[in-house]
Amino acid sequence: MPKNPNVKRVLVIGSGPIVIGQAAEFDYAGTQACRSLKEEGMEVVLVNSNPATIMTDGDIADKVYIEPLTAKVLEQIIIKEKPDSLLPNMGGQAGLNLGMELAESGFLEAHGVTLLGTTAKTIRKAEDRLEFKETMEKIGEPCAPSLVVENIEDGVAFARKIGYPVVLRPAYTLGGSGGGIAHNQVELEEILANGLRLSRVGQVLVERCIAGWKEIEYEVMRDGAGNCITVCNMENIDPVGVHTGDSIVVAPSQTLGDKEYQMLRSAALNIINELEITGGCNVQFALHPESFEYCVIEVNPRVSRSSALASKATGYPIAKVAAKIALGYTLDEIKNAITGKTYASFEPALDYCVVKIPRLPFDKFITAKRTLTTQMKATGEVMSIANNFEGALMKAIRSLEQHVDCLRSYDFSALSAEDLLERMKIVDDQRIYIIAEAIRKGVDYDTIHEITMVDPWFIDKIAILTEMEEALIKGPLTVELLKEAKRIEFPDNVIARLTGKTEEEIKQMRYDNGIVAAFKMVDTCAAEFAASTPYYYSVFGSETEVVETHPKKKVLVLGSGPIRIGQGIEFDYCSVHATWAFAREGYETIIVNNNPETVSTDFDIADKLYFEPLTPEDVENIVNVENPDGAVVQFGGQTAIKLTESLMKMGVPILGTKAEDVDAAEDRELFDKILEETQIPRAAGGTVYTAEEAKEVANRLGYPVLVRPSYVLGGQGMQIAISDTEIEEFMAVINRYEQEHPILVDKYLQGKELEVDAVCDGTDILIPGIMEHIERTGVHSGDSISVYPAPTVSEKVKETIAEYSRRLAKALHVIGLINIQFIAMGDEVYVIEVNPRSSRTVPYISKVTGIPIVDLATEVIIGKKIRDLGYEPGLQPAADYFAVKMPVFSFEKIRGAEISLGPEMKSTGECLGIAKTFNEALYKAFLGAGINLPKHKQMIITVKDADKGEAIEVARRFEKLGYIIYATRSTAEVLNEAGVKARKVNKIHQESPTVMDLILGHRIDLVIDTPTQGRDKNRDGFLIRRTSIETGVNCITAMDTATALVTSLENAASQGELSLVDIAGMKEARK
Amino acid sequence: MKSFLILEDGTVFAGSHIGAQKEIVSEIVFNTSMAGYPEVLTDPSYAGQAVCMTYPLIGNYGVCLEDMESKRPWPDGLIVRELSRIPSNFRCDISIQQFLEENGVPGIAGIDTRALTRILREKGTMNGMITTDENFDLETIIPQLKAYTTGKVVERVSCAEKYTVAATGALSKSGAGLRVALLDLGTKNNIARSLAARGCDVTVYPACTTAEEILADQPDGIMLSNGPGDPKECTTIIEEIRKLYETDTPIFAICLGHQLMALATGADTFKMKYGHRGGNHPVKDLATGRVYISSQNHGYVVDMDKLDKKVATPAFINVNDGTNEGLSYTGKNIFTVQFHPEACPGPQDSSYLFDRFIERIKEGKRHA
Repeated sequence: MPKNPNVKRVLVIGSGPIVIGQAAEFDYAGTQACRSLKEEGMEVVLVNSNPATIMTDGDIADKVYIEPLTAKVLEQIIIKEKPDSLLPNMGGQAGLNLGMELAESGFLEAHGVTLLGTTAKTIRKAEDRLEFKETMEKIGEPCAPSLVVENIEDGVAFARKIGYPVVLRPAYTLGGSGGGIAHNQVELEEILANGLRLSRVGQVLVERCIAGWKEIEYEVMRDGAGNCITVCNMENIDPVGVHTGDSIVVAPSQTLGDKEYQMLRSAALNIINELEITGGCNVQFALHPESFEYCVIEVNPRVSRSSALASKATGYPIAKVAAKIALGYTLDEIKNAITGKTYASFEPALDYCVVKIPRLPFDKFITAKRTLTTQMKATGEVMSIANNFEGALMKAIRSLEQHVDCLRSYDFSALSAEDLLERMKIVDDQRIYIIAEAIRKGVDYDTIHEITMVDPWFIDKIAILTEMEEALIKGPLTVELLKEAKRIEFPDNVIARLTGKTEEEIKQMRYDNGIVAAFKMVDTCAAEFAASTPYYYSVFGSETEVVETHPKKKVLVLGSGPIRIGQGIEFDYCSVHATWAFAREGYETIIVNNNPETVSTDFDIADKLYFEPLTPEDVENIVNVENPDGAVVQFGGQTAIKLTESLMKMGVPILGTKAEDVDAAEDRELFDKILEETQIPRAAGGTVYTAEEAKEVANRLGYPVLVRPSYVLGGQGMQIAISDTEIEEFMAVINRYEQEHPILVDKYLQGKELEVDAVCDGTDILIPGIMEHIERTGVHSGDSISVYPAPTVSEKVKETIAEYSRRLAKALHVIGLINIQFIAMGDEVYVIEVNPRSSRTVPYISKVTGIPIVDLATEVIIGKKIRDLGYEPGLQPAADYFAVKMPVFSFEKIRGAEISLGPEMKSTGECLGIAKTFNEALYKAFLGAGINLPKHKQMIITVKDADKGEAIEVARRFEKLGYIIYATRSTAEVLNEAGVKARKVNKIHQESPTVMDLILGHRIDLVIDTPTQGRDKNRDGFLIRRTSIETGVNCITAMDTATALVTSLENAASQGELSLVDIAGMKEARK
Repeated sequence: MKSFLILEDGTVFAGSHIGAQKEIVSEIVFNTSMAGYPEVLTDPSYAGQAVCMTYPLIGNYGVCLEDMESKRPWPDGLIVRELSRIPSNFRCDISIQQFLEENGVPGIAGIDTRALTRILREKGTMNGMITTDENFDLETIIPQLKAYTTGKVVERVSCAEKYTVAATGALSKSGAGLRVALLDLGTKNNIARSLAARGCDVTVYPACTTAEEILADQPDGIMLSNGPGDPKECTTIIEEIRKLYETDTPIFAICLGHQLMALATGADTFKMKYGHRGGNHPVKDLATGRVYISSQNHGYVVDMDKLDKKVATPAFINVNDGTNEGLSYTGKNIFTVQFHPEACPGPQDSSYLFDRFIERIKEGKRHA
């Protein structure tokens, strides 16, 4: 079927800010879809509130709106841009829901807009629980029996009918709070009572428990003519009960025979046909481990995290093909981009094994529960490819960058076999390490399988790895043993550790015996057809397929690894743009990365893609094959920066800012010297290694002080300490891992925080703009609301910042990007820190100023001068728009996490509000972050003493907006004294009604709770904050944020229609 | 124990020995299915060949004896990257190691199967030897390899005597009361099973059965099965098939059966460079434009250029390389496919063809 001639102008909806469960995979899918549409000559109008994405670039779509993703905004955009079609299935659940809302309200039809790809009817059939069940029943595909109940009696009766255990899921609670598994009536009554109370609609789903079954997924494609294929299947090593996003997943399935494989494959096709999906779809099954019985768990009628993973695992570009299908093409008309010979109507054959491991944020939220459930908690993931499972697992482990490189990285050797069996019952991210230790202690496979339900095949693979550890410890290290250890991907440093040799010795022994990595191609067809797409993975003991390439200059671009809090998709944005810029300058580009969710690991971004861990050894293997002319590390976040020294040792020149200058910015002593030379003030401080030293420095400076490790991103481990006790606590947390670099203790200055990203060519500096943070210092810059251009500081401060930036960039000999953070107290400016690399604000500032910073940095790196690039150095004139970057959090997903803001970054994503006025931009930013108020006009205020003064002003303004204010005793007294009417509520331990009852009454819009210092999580405040978050109540923990919110709401009251800003147009205007 | 795979172009892969203790010379082919090695091993179409599985991890779920597609494994040898140390599946009867040993199939593991596949793809299917003799001499071996042909293998794999498979009706009753004759050219069990599951009573005939014998039993329809080797070697069978063609009995043929029917009616076949073996090949039904993912195992193909359109027209083509995947016989109630609607291993997407066959038989009856 040829392309539908009626489709000319397509509106694509992105997925908005990155939150847990909806992350970079949608930038990957959306970008691919947009490029695919443009390839077909479509005009693309894009809307996404997330400025950190590649899809929101002017060169990806024709019109780009970084606007809040609400139905109203979309309606305005449709009226303005008059698209003829809407593609809703690229923007995750958020995009799909919006598309549905517009379809169901009749708006699309009224404005002549067709829903492309999947129809509204299909979406409803897949998404509506009841319709889905009915549809599955109709075609004979089994679902786990379930029932929505509104009282305990019905729940008990249904559970008796289907048998225990049963799973309970309260409706409309976030993060799975109030749910659980009941094994008997007593447990059922208890959990159900609590769930009914927590649910906003008083409903709980009671479902047959299929935990422990194998979890198998299929990625399916279907075109408008009804042709179907499965792209691949995947098997979760963690059985049903753990969200697939939090499971270790292997592709293809390993323990299924052809009968099971085809049974589920046929079922998946049966389902996609019945739902009449056109495009991509993900079907999840639970398969009984000892029979052919199965249940359909879920169907996602859109691209998803799993589809991104499947695309990277197979080389089959699902989103690209889905976009073409949406335009009317059939699968047999779409070329397979990898082979260039075959078509999209085939099923990839893998001749390797892929392992995905989630990147969980428990290193950030150390108080959070590590337990894994059906609520996803991972912020990102890593993928690895090898031709054996053990190797793929080992590679994935070391890709995580969580201080793990083998199955001994968490030491459970002190636990007895009995303790281990007990510990194994806890399903968390450390389970494979527990299983490994149990195997070492001689526990048999059956016992481990009975407890974990992990398939014995995987247990045996873990055993093969522990046996290799034993063999290496026992020695002697023969060539044969080394060969085998490398075949299953033991890194040199682990072999060195286990054999008591040095890493250098191991490497030498390998080289002496020709044990080197070879590179194989991912070609979708198991070598059946010749493929030209250079997408590679390493293996030991094979021939290499990398072809020696054209004699252009070669640059190695190091990616940023898995998405984690503090190092998000911004760095992928930078890596991709740098790659494109190098390519434009005639370089051959090589990307190394291990993150399956991102654009950078799409096979057609760079000339070559190496899907590999980002460790020195793995990178050296690539360097040995490619011999690049240089490597660029400044775009890939801390992951890439950390490789600088190793790359230099390999003899690879670092392009841009030199390694020693990067060090000078991170090394306290060197940096102090530079500050002295350049006469730039900073907060007093010192460097320490131990708690004793830290206390000494702190007492010399006087509390409060800021404690933080050096060489980290996202303020990992950063805290404000007010006492010796806290110093001890924080130092203990930091020193859980051996610190290579000293820990910094600084006097804490409270003032306005400002930030610049700039490009320096060694002589001149280009500063696109100054960003000001709404929250005072003490809240991590990534968690602060950031405003461009800086609205409240004086011209003098701006001039000082520009001047200091110039001096610092020059003193540090920066070639490329630099990010500097400042504090302003009055007109005094202090520097907080300097990062001679890309930062998380680069994409946002590039877009709102129309200055392509990464492109410029890349050109500067290859030797051009700012003046030659058509820019006058110095601080650029401010744009005539305000842009407000709003952090977005995923607290509801991580039970037990402290939500109050501090120096350690906690947000997972961001959105942007852009408008002619500051107030409108601020309003849009809050709206984009999902804070859509007022609703019930009731709020709770409970603040620490120091904030009470400011609370009065904020409360007064909320009162004026018609809010009923509840406050705890002391806050209420202060407010009432000041003439703000506040109703006193009891604290949690007092008699009912307490503040908790109020929150659970589901009539509260907002809680303002500023925590007292210290991290005692048993405090009332912690409970209040957690309960608010888990029941969907907005909770604000800093007075500055509260002030901003009330300002935005005051403005909203007078706000009519929102103005719309086309970012792509802004860039044109700047040119 | 060390083992070697020696190709006729002189390439030597060193690996470790698996399976039965013996040396073999065979035609080396590769299969890209990621699951289904027990079905591959017991598919008679592999007689005279040694199979390399491109998926590197084989044996993960052991062997379940009821998955066998014939009474015994047929390939001369098995070539894998890695055999699983333990099998894990609730239906597993024996490990693959044991299965190979007990059935006298040797093999080699631990070689770069992707490198081997690339060689076969570039140079075409080759003969090779699997040996544990470390002192092999290429100069004597290579001529020996070059001389090897699969020869007349159909007779070797076909059943010795006629037998019946009774209707089970496990899937439907659409074929109830119909009697289908299945000419066993090396049939996979699932062909008869697929017909029986639709209510047909199936009689399976040895490959050397004459047309007269089959027709004497007055079948309602005739099925020609898959099978091994070069179709042109089956000269006598082709003659018998020509006689079946001359009758009005509805005929459905798969793989070798499809090629033999083509040869019997004046068309030609040729040997492909490296064939189609796997479970991911797209075939297009030219009547509807629909594409199905199919299970395939063939090294020869019907030459579409030399097809007499008055006799037969292409019904299916391969989407990847445009080769013929099925024929529809003009003025006859005969249709044949190159791929495997009986799957096992592989996708079941084209199993509807069995329903079509039954429909055709019934239609024929209505018109009669």
